[in-house]
Amino acid sequence: MSIDKDTVRKVAHLARIAEPEQRLEPLAQELSGILGWIEQLNEVDIEGVEAMASTVDVSLPMRKDALQDGPTGGNQPENVVANAPKTEDHFFVVPKVVE
Amino acid sequence: MTKVSDLTLAQLRDALKAKDVTSVEATDAYLARIEAAKPLNTFITVTADKARQMAKASDEKLAKGEGGAIEGVPLGIKDLFCTEGVQTTAGSHILGGFTPRYESTVTSNLWRNGGVCLGKLNMDEFAMGSSNETSFYGNVVNPWRREGDDAPLTPGGSSGGSSAAVAARLCAAATATDTGGSIRQPASLTNTVGVKPTYGRVSRWGVVAFASSLDQAGPMAQDVRDAAVMLKSMAGHDPKDSTSIDRPVPDYEAVLGQSIKGLKIGVPKEYRIDGMPEEIEKLWAQGIDWMKDAGCEIVDISLPLTKYALPVYYIVAPAEASSNLARYDGVKYGHRTKDFDDILSLYENTRAEGFGDEVKRRILIGTYVLSAGYYDAYYLRAQKVRKRIFDEFTEAFSKVDLILTPSAPSAAFGLGEKTADPVQMYLNDVFTVTGNLAGLPGASVPAGYDANGLPLGLQLLARPFDEETMFKGMYAIEQVAGANRRPAAWWA
Repeated sequence: MSIDKDTVRKVAHLARIAEPEQRLEPLAQELSGILGWIEQLNEVDIEGVEAMASTVDVSLPMRKDALQDGPTGGNQPENVVANAPKTEDHFFVVPKVVE
Repeated sequence: MTKVSDLTLAQLRDALKAKDVTSVEATDAYLARIEAAKPLNTFITVTADKARQMAKASDEKLAKGEGGAIEGVPLGIKDLFCTEGVQTTAGSHILGGFTPRYESTVTSNLWRNGGVCLGKLNMDEFAMGSSNETSFYGNVVNPWRREGDDAPLTPGGSSGGSSAAVAARLCAAATATDTGGSIRQPASLTNTVGVKPTYGRVSRWGVVAFASSLDQAGPMAQDVRDAAVMLKSMAGHDPKDSTSIDRPVPDYEAVLGQSIKGLKIGVPKEYRIDGMPEEIEKLWAQGIDWMKDAGCEIVDISLPLTKYALPVYYIVAPAEASSNLARYDGVKYGHRTKDFDDILSLYENTRAEGFGDEVKRRILIGTYVLSAGYYDAYYLRAQKVRKRIFDEFTEAFSKVDLILTPSAPSAAFGLGEKTADPVQMYLNDVFTVTGNLAGLPGASVPAGYDANGLPLGLQLLARPFDEETMFKGMYAIEQVAGANRRPAAWWA
């Protein structure tokens, strides 16, 4: 299936990637090429086959609902925000989102 | 005494324990080689001070007759593994300046076992690529060249920094990761040994995620023994990775040299693809003869869905990537655009500036195949075909112990040669991607050379968690192939 410029614009917006107008047509062609190649999956009989999300056939392990030690634990806001481009008092700072 | 860089990891380990050499000496020797090998562009970050500090600590332990399994051995780390206090880029501009406050489980395991960190190795951006040309930090150059030809070649990808660094002896061994072939294909192109373990064997915690159901870390090594030592030091159950499997890690080194007589070796006819160079076909036939001579039984098998594996991969991997890479938004870490007036343009411009073309392409494909109206036609269908491919392997492994194939469809190719058509580049993983979809262990072993003197590898695939049988087979191939040439050091 080939996708057009408008679809690329829509998908790029969903993916939150700014694509300049002049990139939309070349991208539509590239993506159509890849999707066209992927289309061959339609030849495969998948009737009654279950979808496979993971090769690990075990139920997810559960742990006690308690604060962990180490890097996955709590009480370390300075580590959480250490790499943020802009912070204030352990908060991430972003442009105003509510008028 | 012998030069440190002429020793394998196992030999260096033994020399350190015997106090024939100190870790500081070995570390300095490697740091000097790294410095001289700048034209190869293998390292994004060299951690010289940290390396010398770790080496000194190792020497103190070794002096007391203490220390771990690889005490004092200098290693290179693919820049996809988070390292505490050391910039981790994933080869991307969007993670520029990111300095983790934590250590990945794999690198923690290596340091606990005595490894010394030389630095962080170059790679395709977010591990998306087969030639190392998508890295924000520039492509790596393969230490191997065609005979009588100066044209720069790719070291493969995405673990091209790892493969080139090991091939050029800039570290004793390296870590790498494999989502569609990113350990095995670069190993094949550089005369190194690359092992992708069973999915769940090695923890993914602290490894920058690309496609979570396919990603698996493993070693890139000088020979099979080194790969066995490295894998044992990397592997193990980790409660922080819910897909990590809780079962003991065998001593892979102990099985090396054990007889492979009586093993059933599967040869899938579907891996004979159009346009495959005759030399690779011949090498494969040679590999089959070697196994026969070693007393194995060769079994012709059929894996008819093989040709659908790459198309499945190019739905599943981009879908998972589009979700995993949603976290890069200019808010929590890494690059933030200066050009924004609201939260939406902050996200959109940060991501437009921070991601390279291949990463954007895959995020867009992933977003598309997961979007309303296309989810069933693409994503769900791909997951069902994946299940059928998995079943096909389960069936095959009820009849055979190992599967033997070529590792890659070509020898190292020229930089820039395959960048024009994404699908042509994707075909590099045609022999390896099935192993990721089915979660199987796979490895590439140096097996021969083409007419230009470039290395070629053979791949072995094994049953889930049967790395031991795989290592036995790998060692047998290595012994009989004797493909242990080293590239001439034209860069130094």
